[in-house]
Amino acid sequence: MTGSRDPIVRLDHVSKSFGTHRVLDDVTLDIPKGTAFVLLGRSGTGKSVALRHIIGLMRPDAGRILIEGRDIGPLDARGLTEVRKHIGFLFQNAALFDSMTVGENAAFPLRRHTRLSDHEIRDRAQQKLADVGLEREFDKMPADLSGGMKKRAALARAMALDPGILLVDEPSAGLDPITSREIDELLVERKRAGTTLVVVTHNIPSARAIGDELALLHDGRLVARGTASELDRDREPLVQAFMRSQGGG
Amino acid sequence: MPQPPLVDRVGAAALGFFEFTGSLATFGFRALVDAFRPPFEFGEIARHIYQFGLRSMPLILISGFAIGVVLSMHTRATLARFGAEALIPAGLALALIRETGPLTAGLLVSGRVGAGIGAEIGAMRVTEQIDALEANAVDAFKYLAVTRVIACVIAMPLLTAMIDFAGILGGYVAEAVVSGMPWQLYFERSFTYLEYSDFIPATLKTMVFGYLIGVVASYLGFTTSRGTEGVGEASTRSVVMASILIILSDVILVKIIFFFYPQGPA
Repeated sequence: MTGSRDPIVRLDHVSKSFGTHRVLDDVTLDIPKGTAFVLLGRSGTGKSVALRHIIGLMRPDAGRILIEGRDIGPLDARGLTEVRKHIGFLFQNAALFDSMTVGENAAFPLRRHTRLSDHEIRDRAQQKLADVGLEREFDKMPADLSGGMKKRAALARAMALDPGILLVDEPSAGLDPITSREIDELLVERKRAGTTLVVVTHNIPSARAIGDELALLHDGRLVARGTASELDRDREPLVQAFMRSQGGG
Repeated sequence: MPQPPLVDRVGAAALGFFEFTGSLATFGFRALVDAFRPPFEFGEIARHIYQFGLRSMPLILISGFAIGVVLSMHTRATLARFGAEALIPAGLALALIRETGPLTAGLLVSGRVGAGIGAEIGAMRVTEQIDALEANAVDAFKYLAVTRVIACVIAMPLLTAMIDFAGILGGYVAEAVVSGMPWQLYFERSFTYLEYSDFIPATLKTMVFGYLIGVVASYLGFTTSRGTEGVGEASTRSVVMASILIILSDVILVKIIFFFYPQGPA
């Protein structure tokens, strides 16, 4: 464990249903500052839903979401905007703005939320793209990038404002093992720089590489939680099946 | 699996209709309110005016010119029976400026711009770009929908003035070919019976058309689901629904204009 034990993200008895399907069922979770927390689970078990709750893209039916001790439930649009400035989100399919160049994507948060000059914004966006090895793709359109490059460009955009929290949805999805490892390494670098990571994945090698702490979500409930080695020793068959798998994205 | 009874199906369809209408009305009202609240996103509005307005100009000018030619031929055929060929320019200008121009511009823009807005926002919805905007602490509704609605409202009267102009020009060309009327005389006769009250209310009513196009297309884009199929559907429905609403609203707007100008403009 690399960070302090102060929870920077807290899910407090959170429940969420879609129609009759209960996706999150009384989930309580503390994520300490500066750590990498990995949420595991099969497809459709509510991992991405949990992530969307943390950034306020979804609201819980019951329970509270606290970011740095602040309940985001009662916040209006302006309050939520302020909270979101401190959170980066790397989407499963990158979700780059396809009407903008890669550079404009990386510069977008800076242009929206800082008073930097055009020159400074361009320099910073260049630097963020250089951090993920994409400095030469500044003027390309997202459609001209490979899947791995899109993920890296989206990571540069997510880190543009140097947020304290980075949410990552399925970093290995649709990527080959080598590219997947490159993305993992970039995320580990972010963790070393002090960013709190909340990663959702069903890729165990990726989870082992990134996570300080892992948790397994099943049928909307947390069924196990601990370090990778603790989960390796867990006797629960589902946990064993998961931890022994080598499933890729 | 047996189908539910007819009454249930009619009831479900009626509920669906009212839910859709209520939801669309709420969306439109919110767009109206948010248009007057900062941040105003001037850059995005200007970009959309360029996209919707300037890029629609060729379509508008060519269509307007063709409509002018056709109207001129019809007007000549009708007025010639009464020996009133001298009124052809004025009759054409009145018909064009008071009704044909605004309505045609509305329908053309709903086809070109409405389809584009529905498809663009729909594609952003299914590729999570709208969520990405929100995650980047940007009010996606304001950034995507309100800016487009404002741009449509601003662009529509300008495009209407252009289609009017192109139509009168088309009418002149058709008349010049048939009767050899000089252009000075044609334009003088065109504007003899025209008053500001013919031009201004008819042109400004297209701001309502623009509002309807922007709101309907943005709403359908925002509520897109089912991947690329949903995007195509949003695009098609945007055109159909905006066109219907333009025609229906035109009936009401014409009635309102006649209320303020009871005898009709001179």
